[in-house]
Order: sequence, then structure tokens, then C-alpha cells
Amino acid sequence: MSYLLKRLGFYLLTVWAAVTINFFVPRMIPGDPVQALITKQRGQMTSEAVRSLYVLFGLDKDESLASQYFSYLGQLLRGDLGMSFTFFPSPVADVIGDGLPWTVGLVGITTVIGFFLGTAAGAVVGWRRGTWADSLIPVTTFVSSIPYFWLGLVAIALLTGPGSFFPASGAYEIGLVPNWDWQFIGSTVQHGLLPAFTILVSSVSGWILSMRNMMVTVSSDDYVTVAHAKGLPERRVMLAYAARNALLPNVSGFALALGFIVGGTLLVEIVFSYPGLGLQLFQAVGAKDYPLLQGIFLIITLSVLLANLLADVAYLALDPRTRREA
Amino acid sequence: MKERILDVRGLNVGYGLGDDAVRAVRDVDLTLHKGEVLGLAGESGSGKSTLAYGMTRLLPPPGVVTGGEVLYHLEDGSSVDLLRLPDADLRRLRWSEIAIVFQGAINSLNPVQRISTQLVDVLKAHSPRTPHRLRQDRARELLTLVGIATDRLHSYPHQLSGGMRQRVMIAMALALQPRVVIMDEPTTALDVVVQRQILRTLVDLRERLGFSVVFITHDLSLLVEFSDRIAIMYAGRVVEEAQSADLYRTPLHPYSDGLLRSFPALKGPRRDLAGIPGSPPDLRTMPTGCAFHPRCPRALDVCDSQTPALGQSRQNRSVACWLHPVAVP
Repeated sequence: MSYLLKRLGFYLLTVWAAVTINFFVPRMIPGDPVQALITKQRGQMTSEAVRSLYVLFGLDKDESLASQYFSYLGQLLRGDLGMSFTFFPSPVADVIGDGLPWTVGLVGITTVIGFFLGTAAGAVVGWRRGTWADSLIPVTTFVSSIPYFWLGLVAIALLTGPGSFFPASGAYEIGLVPNWDWQFIGSTVQHGLLPAFTILVSSVSGWILSMRNMMVTVSSDDYVTVAHAKGLPERRVMLAYAARNALLPNVSGFALALGFIVGGTLLVEIVFSYPGLGLQLFQAVGAKDYPLLQGIFLIITLSVLLANLLADVAYLALDPRTRREA
Repeated sequence: MKERILDVRGLNVGYGLGDDAVRAVRDVDLTLHKGEVLGLAGESGSGKSTLAYGMTRLLPPPGVVTGGEVLYHLEDGSSVDLLRLPDADLRRLRWSEIAIVFQGAINSLNPVQRISTQLVDVLKAHSPRTPHRLRQDRARELLTLVGIATDRLHSYPHQLSGGMRQRVMIAMALALQPRVVIMDEPTTALDVVVQRQILRTLVDLRERLGFSVVFITHDLSLLVEFSDRIAIMYAGRVVEEAQSADLYRTPLHPYSDGLLRSFPALKGPRRDLAGIPGSPPDLRTMPTGCAFHPRCPRALDVCDSQTPALGQSRQNRSVACWLHPVAVP
């Protein structure tokens, strides 16, 4: 328990560091967000308006850096991430709130499905090494090396078009109002299938490969031979002895993958114009939308940290050797 | 004549197939009698462990049993060939008739499961209908048997010392009261003191429970003390087999003699520790004739051209050496 508390303390420290870096980095890169906004408005602004913009974005030149920093921290605690430029005058928190569910829904679900499918398949393939199952390995190696956005482009080129079941872009039919009725959910699923498929295909192969290799390694461990010698049923040897141990490295890989859900599939979202966080990040970069960038980076950092925490907890649960006795 | 329990006939085990195959065990014949401790000794790479894994069909690929039979004589008098037994029957026979204590005590236990789980799952696999509580009782009883406090039952393997882990493995091997226990260097990874304790425990248990033992080790001094009969292996063959006292007093094969001279005797006159010059042959390029002749201090002309067969040279003794012509049966 004290181990977990220690980890928790470490994570809090990391969060603070991330938040602080997040505050300073945009202030160090060249370019002035307010100037960018003024250019966008073609200079049609009074000097009063410009000044109030600076105050609004927390870039008040009259304030010291330290007081800017503390008011930034205070705003963060209130969940206030500032104003977005691109979606002006929506607050960043609202913009992210719009994009996050789509990303988590699409990438989150496919990552989880991909992990479970791939790990299960890898366990079986690794267990049956030396049989036909090995012929799967070159295929998965090939598939896992295909960048998924390229796969997405190919899928769009081949499968979408007039009269096709698969829409080429968006997350739901234009004109539908997001709510929980069947028409909307159906449309969401229909739009999600193709991007989900491309992510799934490439991620599953990765999991198959790593799980298969661990299975082969673990299968030659002594305790697996002992389990055979004990006359245990094949299934039990495979699941409780071989797969159970082979799983451990994959679990930490899975936690990392969870952390990259938010930021990792930017390209898929761009390819499919999927209105998730990745697409927003892309737009924010294009528009020099610093507050939105900061907000998204913060979310990405926090999700990676959260995933790491999950990995720690999962490891504690799965591997007794990591538990320290009090 | 004592009752036979395990008969190995002409066993051949190799690694790989085809021309590149390495023959690690060659035409081995062995007999294990009821209640007996049969020692199997030889240098590293002499094929003793391969023999043990081969005859129990536990050899991981690329190991393959290429010939021979392993007859196991059941209590009701019938015999089965372990090498040709259907998988389901073999699984039933494993551990309940033949249990194994493996070389690495450290790695023989599943690191992510409690001792109790691993003791109980073997009981569960072989008698699925026993109530859970009885299995737990049996697990506790087994730990007591090997001298481990029962409150260790729910420990994980990493919480136990090497000696305790090996004790747990022995307890596990005895869980179903097997008639044969194969021990593959059960004490190699342990220090001498713990080694002694474990062996003591084993001797006691064997006397009480009466199982037969195949004891594999490179430590001949251990065998002389602990086993009834000893088979010496060299380059995949049994080169000498005798009662351990006879072998100790008058080794017939020069290799056995060399092995016996490589450790100091505790009693009797002082003698030089000689050891055996050279190293075991590469199994891919075996010497012609007797495999030992390049290292043999007493090699004859015939040794490099013809392989001596294992045969009875005198009462109760077999040897494969041209120095001791045998009556080929």
C-alpha cells in the first residue's frame, strides 16, 4: 500500500512538472498569439481591444511571469483552460470536451479490442509454435509495419465513394443532432467502422507478435515443463502457466498504448476527418491556437500519466514479485 | 529377483532431424526395480537429463525420441509403453505414477501463483471430485512432510529460499503418492549444507513411502552414498552399471574409475585426485569405436575401431569396455 502511495506522490510531482512546462513552453516559442489573432481579424481592432485580448489570454505584459504562472495554476484548478482562437470565443475546455469523447470512443475501444484480440491470438499462436500457426507470423510482421494512416488512405480509396456503405469522413451523418437515439448511434457506428478497422488491423498484429514471442520464451521455462509433467490439462498449462506469465510485458505495453489513445492516432483522425482530439490538435497547430494546443497537450500528458498509474496497479495485481511486504 | 517397475529398452533420443541431428542418447537399456534408488551419473552433456526427459515424453523441441520403448509396469501387473501411450492416458499417468523433481528449484515454480495453488492444482487435475477443503488439508500435510511450516502454504515462490522451494517441489512430487520419482540434479543449485538436509529428507521419505527413485547427478560421491545401483553414462551411452558398493570399490570402466578419482574419499587411504583429461566428445562428430578412447588412459588397439557392447562381465555387473570382454547374450 505504501508503495502505491509513493507512486501516487511521484505522479503528482510529474503532473506539476508537466503543467509547469506546459505554461512556459508556449511563452518561449517565437510568435505572438494575439498578433496572430489580429492578423486573422485583418487589423480591424482598436488598441483597447488588443490590450484586453492580452489580458484575456493571460499574456498581460504588465504582470510578472510569476503572477501569470500562479493565475494560470489557479485557472487550471478551476478547469479553465482559456479561450480558443480557432473556435473563438469558445473556451478550450468546451472544445476539448467536444473532441475527447470521439477520440476515446474510437481509439479507446479499438485499442482495448486490439489488445485483447491480439494477446489471445498471440498466446495461441505462440503455444502452437512449429505448426501451421507459425505461417501467421510473416503476415503479422508485414501488417504491423504498415502505417495505419496509409492503410486508412487505401481503405478510403477502395471502399468509399458514391453508393458505398462506408462514409469517407466525419463521425456521423451531417444534419443529425447528437443524442442517444438509434439513428444517431447507427450512423456513428457506420462512420466509425472504417477508421476502427484500420487501427485494429495494425495494432492487433503488434500485440500478436509480442505475445507470441513471449509465449515461446515462457514455454521453455521450467515451470511450464513441470506443469506438463504434473499431468495438468493442456488448457490449464497454457493459460495459468504460460500465458499468465507471458502476459506481463504486454500489460505494460497496453498501459502505454492507453496513454497514447488521446494523442496517438492524430493521423487516422486527419485521414478520416474524424472530429476527435487529433484533428483538433492538427487544426490548432495550423491556426497557431496556443491555448488549445496547451489544453490538448495537458490532456495527453495527463492521460499518459493515468495510463502509467493503471499499469502500476495492474502490475501489482498480476505479478506478486512487485508487491513489497510491509 | 526384485519386481521391475520401469524398463527402458533401446532408447534413442536426438536433437533435430535428418543429417544434422545430434544423437544425445544411444541405445540405452535401463531397469528400475521396485523400491530401488537408481543413480544416473556422468559429465555434463552425457545425456542423462535428455534420457530422463525423453523417457517421460517431456523433451521440448527440437528433441525427439527416435526409437526404443519405455515400459512402465502398473500395479495390476499390466505394462504400458510410455512412448506410445495416447496423450490422455499419459496425462493421467503423469505425476500419479511417475513424478519428477527438476534441476532448477528456482525456476520450477510458477512465479505468479501461490504455493497452495500449485500444490492443489495437481490434486485437482487428477481427482477433480475431491472437495476443496480436503485438497487444502492434503497440501498442508505435504508441506509438513518435507519440513515446511504450514503457514507458508499461501506464500509466493519468491518469498521462499532456494532450499525451501526445492522442498516444495519434493512435496509436490509426492502429492499423488507416485511409485517412481525421477530426480534430475535436485540439489545442484543449493549449497552443501542445504543439499545434505534435502537428501536426508529424501532418504527418510523414501523409506517411509517406498517409492523408487531415478537419481540423476554429475556428483558420483553423492550417488555412492545414496543409491542402490548406479549407471554411468558417457556420450549418450550407459558404459557401466553396477551395485553402488561394487562400483565404488572396483570400477571396471576406465571412465567410472576416472569419475571416482575426481573427488576425495572421506575414508580409506589417501590417493591422488586425478580427474579425467580432455573433455566429452562433440556429439556431432563422435570418435569411432568406443567414444571414450581418446581420453582413455588404458586404450587398446581395438578401441578406436569397434564399439564395445554393454554386457554382463560378472555377477550383477555390466560394462561396455574392451578391457572387460563380456559374454554377449
